[in-house]
Amino acid sequence: MTMVTEKDINEQIAWAKINTDVLKSMENPRPAYWVTLAVCIAMVSTAVVAEYIQYTVGMGTANLNNPHMWDMYIAAFVFWIGMSHSGTLLSAILHLIHADWRKPIYRFAEAMTTFSLLTAGIFPMIHLGRVWNLYWVLPYVSDRGIWPNFRSPLVWDAFAITTYLTASMLFLFVGMIPDLAICRDNTTGWRKKLYGILALGWVGSDRQWRHFRKIYLLMACFLIPLAVSVHSIVSADFAMSIMPGWHITSFPPYFVAGALYSGCAAIITLFILLRYFFRFEDYMTLPIMEKTAKLTFAIAMVWTYLNLIEFASVWYGHDVYNKELLIAKATGAYAWIFWTMLFCGSVLPFALAFRKLRRHMPTMFVVSLFLNLGMFFERWMIVAPTLSMSQEPHQWDIMYGSIVEWAIVFGSFGWFGMLFLIFVKVFPSVSMYEVKEMVFHRKRSAGEEDLVRMTDHAKPVTQTTGGGSA
Amino acid sequence: MSLDNILNHWSDYRKGAEEGGHHDYEHRWAMAINLDLCIGCNACSTACYAENNLAVVGKERFEKGQAMHWMRIERYWDQQELEHPEQGASFLPMMCQQCGAATCEPVCPVAATYHTPDGLNAQVYNRCIGSRYCSNNCPFRVRYFNFYSYYESSWPEPMEQQLNPDISVRDKGVMEKCTFCMQRIRSVKDKAFMEDRPVQDGEMVPACAQSCPTSAIVFGDTMDESSMVSKLWKKHQVERGVYQKTKLAKKDADLRGYRIFEELNVDPSVMYLERVREDI
Repeated sequence: MTMVTEKDINEQIAWAKINTDVLKSMENPRPAYWVTLAVCIAMVSTAVVAEYIQYTVGMGTANLNNPHMWDMYIAAFVFWIGMSHSGTLLSAILHLIHADWRKPIYRFAEAMTTFSLLTAGIFPMIHLGRVWNLYWVLPYVSDRGIWPNFRSPLVWDAFAITTYLTASMLFLFVGMIPDLAICRDNTTGWRKKLYGILALGWVGSDRQWRHFRKIYLLMACFLIPLAVSVHSIVSADFAMSIMPGWHITSFPPYFVAGALYSGCAAIITLFILLRYFFRFEDYMTLPIMEKTAKLTFAIAMVWTYLNLIEFASVWYGHDVYNKELLIAKATGAYAWIFWTMLFCGSVLPFALAFRKLRRHMPTMFVVSLFLNLGMFFERWMIVAPTLSMSQEPHQWDIMYGSIVEWAIVFGSFGWFGMLFLIFVKVFPSVSMYEVKEMVFHRKRSAGEEDLVRMTDHAKPVTQTTGGGSA
Repeated sequence: MSLDNILNHWSDYRKGAEEGGHHDYEHRWAMAINLDLCIGCNACSTACYAENNLAVVGKERFEKGQAMHWMRIERYWDQQELEHPEQGASFLPMMCQQCGAATCEPVCPVAATYHTPDGLNAQVYNRCIGSRYCSNNCPFRVRYFNFYSYYESSWPEPMEQQLNPDISVRDKGVMEKCTFCMQRIRSVKDKAFMEDRPVQDGEMVPACAQSCPTSAIVFGDTMDESSMVSKLWKKHQVERGVYQKTKLAKKDADLRGYRIFEELNVDPSVMYLERVREDI
């Protein structure tokens, strides 16, 4: 077999075409867009009704009971927090290691980060018994001198998530400034006003680019440890307890791996949708999809490995509670969920090992959805079995949530979809300036020396190059 | 506080200021429950409902696992090969164990559950925001959450007249659990204070112990060396804050005392005396 290195972007693509293509994606929604948006809004409305019932009648409407004090809300919370991680992976980690194939796809991934965090942030509120006292978790200044309990992982959660949400929103915004300026220069009416404010007077001067590069790099460096810590802290909700199946040392890396995994799968899903609906074939190319799929495959294997060491350490640890719980997971009432999770999470990703399948969009679309189903089940299998079978045998119980609970969980997908759909029509979902940069770099490495003097690395690249390398 | 203290004597951490802990304990309320005497009559549970304004949730919600019985009788069937009338059952009265190193306390985000100078885990209803983490981290599963508002359904007029005025009625969204009849402890302590004397052993009796027809439950202060409960704990070689050897390790059939989930090292305040049987 001859290996042909395939270009992940066509370097002959004109800069003006990049602008028009991306700007075109932001206008004139097609009927399919409105239908999807309506479905999402309907899902959210159903969830709002369900939440209203739960709020007025009580948490019992979600079928929660004594052993199952937490259930699907916490599973969904962990799922959405996890989903938010791959945006940071693409935009920050791959930025630092100069993997420039991320450039056409990182913008929507980062929007995904922000919106899944906004979705995740709702769940602790839905799940609280007395949500109107939520602010007690924060260390606000109280004249009674009452503080939250700093030993509680839930307080760490509150800090971690609010910090991560703020940082990732700022990162998304800062990374978008040059594009917002392009939008400002090409629109009229309310859009011009909006982008004019958001572009912060960007004119693309050399000084602005230098500052921009610096702050973007700094924020990327800041965001990476933050992302890792956020899901480690979420895992502390479980790992800091003494419950069998939760009190597991490998939980922080396991959660981070699972987070990147479900996030990457979601990126593939949205990648295909955007490519299809916005005709982004020139930017979201097959080689980029292949690289994303390979990355997903690698993370899937890390996740599988961490699963195996968890099972092995439980099995050989001979802790009676943990071992019985593991056996019950594999053979008990939740066995079908457990095995579906392992199939979707560990067996199905082998489809990504085949080049043919990686390049077949319908297959990839279905596979990515099933990967995320597996990851959702993973979170469920973390929360529910432990509660159903803790140390106290008198309180063993199997519980599936009520219709109220499921309506809210499904509604969260609608909420995420709604935010994302609004985003793609208001903001450019492909980073125009970075795609130009990518095209430029490809041209340069292809030897078209008229653009820049290859040997002179010391001199800053001029403004006309769209920024160049910092 | 040394690292050794944290690692090896975690519950000593709570013993007192002079030992490097947080508390000067005034009392260490504790129980000794003789399972040989327990006949599983549920009188303790009923008394608890009356004393502590526990909501009656109804059959449907009880089956769902949303009951509010702070004191529950756990029933375990003995001989699996026999049918119901011949089959024997073991009973285990289970209530909050008021652990010395309680796992519910560190996880509450708003510190609504904390350790009192009486050695109890107090639940502050007004502070609780209903995250339910404490219940998830309780190995005994003795924390009960108000999944609904029960005031109208549980005490329809004129039933609300029989509510105990010494203790509040909890509304939905709040966690609650056995307090060792905190309100009774309070009034006994107040009385002793007014009469300028220490609390006497046997003066403080919680509702469950009071109603037990076979006197299976002994309640008292383990800081009072002469109290009945102290003597029982001593007799059965169960000590606070010390990891107990199992009965097998002790190799002494007379030492029937044990604390549930001793291996989790949560230092419960309830000692059970094992049931003695000839057939097993």
